[in-house]
Amino acid sequence: MRILKGAALIAAFAAASPVWAETITVEAGEGAQERLQEALILARPGDEIVLGAGRFALSDGLSLDVDNVTIRGAGAEHSVLDFTDQQDAGEGLLVTSDYVTLRDFAVENPKGDGIKSKGADQIVYYKVRVTWTGGPLGTNGAYGIYPVESTGVLVDSTMVSGASDAGIYVGQSRDITVRNSMVQYNVAGIEIENSRNALVEGNLATHNTGGILVFDLPGLPVMGGGDVRVTGNLVTTNDVANFAPPGNIVGGVKRGTGILVMANENVLVDENLLEANDTAQIMVVAYTLPFTDERYNPYPRNVVVGENLYQNGGSNPDLDGGQSLAEAFGGALPAVMWDGLGDGQTPALLAVAGTPGWSVNLPRQGADPSEGTPGPLDVPAPKSPILTGPIGAPEELSRRIAG
Amino acid sequence: MKSRAFLILAALALGGAAALGAKAPVEVNANAITEDLLPPALSEFGFFADPARQVPSQGVIPYRLNTPLYSDGAEKLRFAYVPPGQKARGNGEGLIDFPAGTALIKTFKFNGRLIETRVMLHRAGGWLALPYRWNESQTDAQLVVAGARMPVTTPDGEEISYRIPNKNQCKECHGLDGAVIPLGPKARNLSAEWLAGMVTDGRLDAMPQVHDTMPLWEARGEGDVAASARAYLDVNCAHCHRPGATASNSGLDLRWEQDDPHSYGVFKRPVAAGRGAGGLEFSIVPGEPDQSILLHRMNSIEPGVAMPELGKGTIDHDGVAIVRQWIAEMRQ
Repeated sequence: MRILKGAALIAAFAAASPVWAETITVEAGEGAQERLQEALILARPGDEIVLGAGRFALSDGLSLDVDNVTIRGAGAEHSVLDFTDQQDAGEGLLVTSDYVTLRDFAVENPKGDGIKSKGADQIVYYKVRVTWTGGPLGTNGAYGIYPVESTGVLVDSTMVSGASDAGIYVGQSRDITVRNSMVQYNVAGIEIENSRNALVEGNLATHNTGGILVFDLPGLPVMGGGDVRVTGNLVTTNDVANFAPPGNIVGGVKRGTGILVMANENVLVDENLLEANDTAQIMVVAYTLPFTDERYNPYPRNVVVGENLYQNGGSNPDLDGGQSLAEAFGGALPAVMWDGLGDGQTPALLAVAGTPGWSVNLPRQGADPSEGTPGPLDVPAPKSPILTGPIGAPEELSRRIAG
Repeated sequence: MKSRAFLILAALALGGAAALGAKAPVEVNANAITEDLLPPALSEFGFFADPARQVPSQGVIPYRLNTPLYSDGAEKLRFAYVPPGQKARGNGEGLIDFPAGTALIKTFKFNGRLIETRVMLHRAGGWLALPYRWNESQTDAQLVVAGARMPVTTPDGEEISYRIPNKNQCKECHGLDGAVIPLGPKARNLSAEWLAGMVTDGRLDAMPQVHDTMPLWEARGEGDVAASARAYLDVNCAHCHRPGATASNSGLDLRWEQDDPHSYGVFKRPVAAGRGAGGLEFSIVPGEPDQSILLHRMNSIEPGVAMPELGKGTIDHDGVAIVRQWIAEMRQ
């Protein structure tokens, strides 16, 4: 099974990888479950596991626990890990080792999450597709691409659709870049949760319930999310009714949300094109539920709305009394919606002059929106940059997929 | 000092060996445990004098747990081998600290047939977990690193596709802070008699100090419901749902020693449960088992909903019953 290829050996030398690095090819067909899982287990650091073109029919979740392994398919439309008949495990593919590269293959119809990497530092997802082929259904798995508790995450040129929570979800991690990816027909397109130092750039988020979410939640081992830049994204027509199973925090996301920041600190939202998100192009809010975690700050702090382009949003808000509210604002809600809450010390929200917006003016954290006294947005303009220093995944991760 | 149960087990073992006739006692192959290899057959370890009847070799000591992990109703036979001349060390109520060269062996049986044996080998570099599948003729078991599925009829008469875990899945449950560790042999989940026997036989340094022994699972109807339920959750869930383990990111901590109600689920909201939450808001709602995600997920076999995620093809109705009672009796 371990086929040593001269080309791979030379490439290995060139990349200064261990000289014994091998290429192990696994083809689709009979016994794919055992053959592929065996290859994943017997791989050694530096190895590349190549998936042939075709559909791999899998009965159980797969897992990789060896550092510095690449899984490379023949393309996201050609090598498909098909979990339609999955009987076991909480995700399609689980990665628990460091320096892993996943590229050029697809995962379809996993019963739980698509690809989960946990405690897997310096991981790259490149040209990977995760699809629930039945469209947006509450019975789909929660997350498509799901790195958690990791340092160094690059998600580049991926596609996810159908996730009943978030298409691309990065949680409890740091040094993260999510870019050039397309997310559609998910509840949340991209979600950065309880994470630090994240760059979300150049993505297309469309036909989700909410396009891009930046959250900080209480009661988790890693909290205090912040230092996030959401820039250069096309966030358009996020118009799918929320199909999250009830009880999930994203179940509260309103249809027609472009970019949503909840709690968190030091978040810069700039240079995005926001179009036809009919509740709010940008929404900045405090955590909405009661909580007991004393370590937790439920308020947004230093969220900066920079220059963005806004078109045709806010005309069909998914809010109680939304229609009359929209009429009160002349037919459509302004682009930026703030709940009006902050911790009273750090400014919750800053926006460049001329930013169209409104505030719900809630009286306190956890209050029902009906208690608000809506009015125009009145927040300071940003004076100094809130993000200094490099942001996003380490350069080494980009180099791994260059060329 | 040895308990009657221990003596009976020992007697059974001796009886089995005697029934073998004149066969020389099998010795455990210490090299197979310690060398950096993956033995392809279980027989290479020499753990059993009579493999088909699970009669252990000399030095391979049977044990049981007070509250065991549910595995689709499999009958489970557990053995520990501590290398001669060495001693395990007690560690309070917790996991016994076994020396390098130790093997822990667990065989799964349905309807009298041996299905798989999982071994944990304590090597120089740490613990290694390997799954072996028994052959048709029940003479030996072969390593299945990628795991396997086998049709099995459970004691309740359910026909299931039984999953033998792959080597990585072993680690999903046995992993803690990146290392692989045993789960079962914690002093609090072992009988005092067995522990005393190990001390007497020179395999354990001293009697571990245990103040809070886990209850016997079969006595769960008679005693403290909360203790039975918490022991069940510790043994069946806390290998993942604890800090440093596979489900740490959920924030749910179901260890026996966790005494903060929110940490073990009371009014704790789900984080990444997805549809697994079943439309419910909290892991545990006191007095309301049917509103509790924890019970909902125990009561499912649907992938993506069912908990535990691995090693479960059927619902443990006894486990569901005790956890249901515990939540129902919990005060608001």
